[in-house]
Amino acid sequence: MTADIILSTRDLTIEFKGFVAVDGVSLDIRRGTIHALIGPNGAGKTTCFNLLTKFLTPTKGTITFKGNDITALRPATVARLGLVRSFQISAVFPHLTALENVRVALQRKRGGSFDFWRSERVLRALNDEALNLLDAVGLTDFAALPAVELSYGRKRALEIATTLALDPEMLLLDEPMAGMGHEDVERIAALIRRVSANRTILMVEHNLSVVASLSDHITVLARGKVLAEGNYATVSSNPAVIEAYIGAGHA
Amino acid sequence: MASVSERMAAAPSARAAVDAAHLHRAIFVGIAIFLAVAPFLLYPVFLMKVLCFALFACAFNLLLGYGGLLSFGHAAYLGTASYICAHTAKVWGMPPEVAILLGTAAAAALGFVFGSLAIRRQGIYFAMITLALAQMVFFFSLQAPFTGGEDGIQAVPRGHLFGLIDLSRDTSLYYVVAVIFLVGVLFIYRVIHSPFGQVLKAIRDNEPRAISLGYATNRYKLVVFTLSATLAGLAGATKAIVFQLASLTDVHWTMSGEVVLMTLVGGMGTVFGPMVGAAVIVTMQNYLAHLGAWVTVIQGVIFVICVMLFREGIIGVLARRLKRPL
Ligand SMILES: Nc1ncnc2c1ncn2[C@@H]1O[C@H](COP(=O)(O)OP(=O)(O)OP(=O)(O)O)[C@@H](O)[C@H]1O
Ligand SMILES: [Mg+2]
Repeated sequence: MTADIILSTRDLTIEFKGFVAVDGVSLDIRRGTIHALIGPNGAGKTTCFNLLTKFLTPTKGTITFKGNDITALRPATVARLGLVRSFQISAVFPHLTALENVRVALQRKRGGSFDFWRSERVLRALNDEALNLLDAVGLTDFAALPAVELSYGRKRALEIATTLALDPEMLLLDEPMAGMGHEDVERIAALIRRVSANRTILMVEHNLSVVASLSDHITVLARGKVLAEGNYATVSSNPAVIEAYIGAGHA
Repeated sequence: MASVSERMAAAPSARAAVDAAHLHRAIFVGIAIFLAVAPFLLYPVFLMKVLCFALFACAFNLLLGYGGLLSFGHAAYLGTASYICAHTAKVWGMPPEVAILLGTAAAAALGFVFGSLAIRRQGIYFAMITLALAQMVFFFSLQAPFTGGEDGIQAVPRGHLFGLIDLSRDTSLYYVVAVIFLVGVLFIYRVIHSPFGQVLKAIRDNEPRAISLGYATNRYKLVVFTLSATLAGLAGATKAIVFQLASLTDVHWTMSGEVVLMTLVGGMGTVFGPMVGAAVIVTMQNYLAHLGAWVTVIQGVIFVICVMLFREGIIGVLARRLKRPL
């Protein structure tokens, strides 16, 4: 295995009561690239993410991250190693303010998160950093609002800011732009491009123009199996890919 | 960078957290003043009962309202602490402060052990495990020789605090209990508003997300479970000194149910709700005691009404009306 492969899987498989959702998937993701994982609904993309981040345990196969076998690790451990995910359904902490959402992520790295005897005033030291992250996703004016009161698109933006707060080496984004308006899509696309400068991104996205413009490499998944791989031009002209998308009712 | 902070500080809602802290401080001062004059207005023994249950409910609310964990076996910690405290004071003849500390420590240890078992499961299974473990404590208390079975441990001496203050006088004991209560609830307040409390609320709100940020959530749950059990124990041990009695009532499952009721009536996830809930339920039990078994029925009705109409509880509704966190 070459040194510039940050994450790879071999024969990754998971079976739910006889239904094979991910079937013998082998991926190699190069360090520093934006890699897109696409495919029709139900192809197994989210399940793949759950496997990579250890939210699910594979029936068989191995996962290697930065040269270490992480197949047997726990999800929180994988996150601490620098492989951090976002969720398809916007995952924020609804009763914390936008600022607190980001700060919770910053707090994990700072340590002292078990200090139940200290005042939360010590967390104010993280406010500036948190505000800068909110600023990057255009949420400065909403910093003091509980996340539950944000619009859907802003919740997604908050989720990205929270994920970026960990400054992870590798980001897994599950449909980061789903449900966003046109303007937001562009802002987030620009943000993803900007933050990809010094990290690796694996992204699930249905918006194919975003995929085309952002990604260096694409893997197409259908019915749990890898159908095609390559750059956008190669993949989009592959008859099997066109077939899979049309078969699943996509254009 | 500074400009971002300034924009943020300029927003009217930015001061909300600071305002809330001031409001809470004022309320705590109000409570302290009330507690200082209360024995001139109300029976000290009644007040002490309310304070013990209020602390118990606040301890429970720390777990449910801020940790998102519904324990259906909190009687185990209240009861264990009260037995250990009563035994220490009566059989070993220790002073009350030692008895209360030992009782509380026993609840902490039990909470740690039971917590480690229960947090492996989620939701209703978590509640069922806490209930099952508490039932084990109940049957143990029924059988074990030192608990006195059906009679409990009676005539527990109140003793002298630090060998100086005679606690057999109700008013002296009252002020000791009031201090224990205040220290207990202020401690809980601090836990809620600590770096740990922030993570706790995040886990309550969205556990998978907290895990994905690298938090080993089970450890936080175990810490809050143990803290909650410890404080429930402090309430139980204090109660044993007040009533000079430790009995099966304290470890019975109905006690676990009562604390759920108090918390919901007052408002779970609020700072002051459980205190109000406890006061309401204890007052009701006292004034309706002559109705016998009907008290239980009335409590059941209140429970149903609360769940159907006042999800947020008394203080929860009040907080929403006033648009202030309480
Ligand atoms: N926990 C589970 N138990 C049983 N089946 C599951 C489970 N999780 C996912 N599946 C099934 O696995 C298949 C793949 O689901 P997955 O969510 O990974 O698809 P996806 O590619 O992310 O689709 P979408 O584009 O709609 O998000 C689906 O048929 C789904 O029903
Ligand atoms: Mg999906």
